[in-house]
Amino acid sequence: MTVKREGPIVFSEIKANDGLKKALEIGKEAAIEVLKNSNLRGRGGAGFPTGLKWGFTANSNADKKYIVCNADEGEPGTFKDRVLLSEYARLVFEGMVIGAFSVGAEEGFLYLRGEYKLLLPCLEKILNVMRQENVLGRDILGKKGFNFDICIRLGSGAYVCGEETALIESLEGHRGEPRNRPPFPVNNGYNCCPTAINNAETFAVVTQIIAKGADWFKFIGTDKSAGSKLLSISGDCRKPGVYEVPFGVTIKQILKLVQAEDSKAVQVGGASGVCIPKAQFSRKISFEDLSTGGSIIIFNQKREMLKVADNFLKFFKEESCGQCTPCREGIPVLLEAIEELKRNECSGEYLKDIFSLTETMQLASKCGLGQSCPNAFVSILNNFPKEYKLSKTIKKEKKFNE
Amino acid sequence: MKKNDSKAANVSSADAKPVSGKQLRSQLLPLLQKVQDKKGYIPDKDMQGIADQLGIHPVEVYSVVTFYSFLRVEKKGKYTIRVSNCISNVLAGSDRILRLFEKELDVKVGETTCDKKITLEETGCIGMCDHAPAIMVDDELIGDMTPQKIKKIIATLK
Repeated sequence: MTVKREGPIVFSEIKANDGLKKALEIGKEAAIEVLKNSNLRGRGGAGFPTGLKWGFTANSNADKKYIVCNADEGEPGTFKDRVLLSEYARLVFEGMVIGAFSVGAEEGFLYLRGEYKLLLPCLEKILNVMRQENVLGRDILGKKGFNFDICIRLGSGAYVCGEETALIESLEGHRGEPRNRPPFPVNNGYNCCPTAINNAETFAVVTQIIAKGADWFKFIGTDKSAGSKLLSISGDCRKPGVYEVPFGVTIKQILKLVQAEDSKAVQVGGASGVCIPKAQFSRKISFEDLSTGGSIIIFNQKREMLKVADNFLKFFKEESCGQCTPCREGIPVLLEAIEELKRNECSGEYLKDIFSLTETMQLASKCGLGQSCPNAFVSILNNFPKEYKLSKTIKKEKKFNE
Repeated sequence: MKKNDSKAANVSSADAKPVSGKQLRSQLLPLLQKVQDKKGYIPDKDMQGIADQLGIHPVEVYSVVTFYSFLRVEKKGKYTIRVSNCISNVLAGSDRILRLFEKELDVKVGETTCDKKITLEETGCIGMCDHAPAIMVDDELIGDMTPQKIKKIIATLK
């Protein structure tokens, strides 16, 4: 991994500990204030303002608080954290130390997905170097009373553990089943203590912002989406990989960047995201238009979009935790509908019912997995009507509860 | 899970610091992962042993084990080959890679070779879509798979 990466924020030049030293110098309240001013929003996909989250955690009254780094990226088509943690791990860890200082935590966890276990020795080595340099441990960098250390925990192949409350359940030694929210982790997280849980990319960005200032950060991106985003781009293109782009970049520009030709569709946001047809390629990556945790998958003209929807739904069927009914029972019905569409046996009337089911799933599911799993299905059926034929005869329709 | 097997479950307790309640419970996944790494699955007696150690019911341990796809309750092959079937891998021909593995190993997906050496499985996205088609051999990620590589990988495992 010797490629020198270039990018406006995350991949920009920075000296080790610059961010942390600055945070220690200006103090915790000021550090959180800088983050609030920077308009940094979470990079995992949901886009919650980081400064606000850390402010809540800091203001929560408790003896113990925790910092958790979510590196359980399981969204199909995402691999930015793999690159980030193999090449810029120190930046992520430093962000966690800054977080600990800001909210008053003494313990932190990096929850690494089981698939990335091979990164573990290297990450442990970096943590040890940080301990030797007193960036972790007791009285960090001479700041009396600031103690913090990081423990790496591995996942075991459950996609839903990327959902923050499921991740906390998993850390606590339970099945990774999402909790009801509220209470939110900032008040009631790991072992019922206030917990600030952020995506690995968010921590890396925090280090950069604290070191270089909110204005430097805000200068890049759009009005409502400050900064840049790491994109994991794969599929039908010549140069797949991780790219850092400023918010506001269009799909068209991305396709040019990775040398994709003859593209028919782009899936933005992985299996839980939406599928964009060619006519919408001028849309922008940003929180106000196309929001994404980083996954971009490109399809060329030869691909059959029903098969794509089928693949995503099979993935969700496998990964649904089964806890709530709309998600557990809804996904198999959608899969069946795809089978019927493939055989041209689905009537328009039945498809209407199916769309109303997807609305129920989006509204009534407990966590992000269930709420977002119909997205790809709905956008593919809406945006690619030429890829399937509706049957004119209305068969005896199946009921959902059969 | 028989209660009297608990003594035989020689699970290393060095990692679980003698703390109580919730903090102890949080050691569950690391303890299970250790047994999984060592034995390739988590036998009943180990589940019982860990349950005793953490002061929880063995059924709780079982419920956690069965939730995570990388933890197993049954013994399978010494090595596990997992072929990613996420869409980026499918676009790059992962179906063909899977079929070739099936042919070379003479097993179907989910099965283990007769000599109990290799289990073949499918898995979701493994975060290697930039090097699709990609597979996992135990903990190792291998990208840009080709038919030639399949033969080589199998040869090194056998």
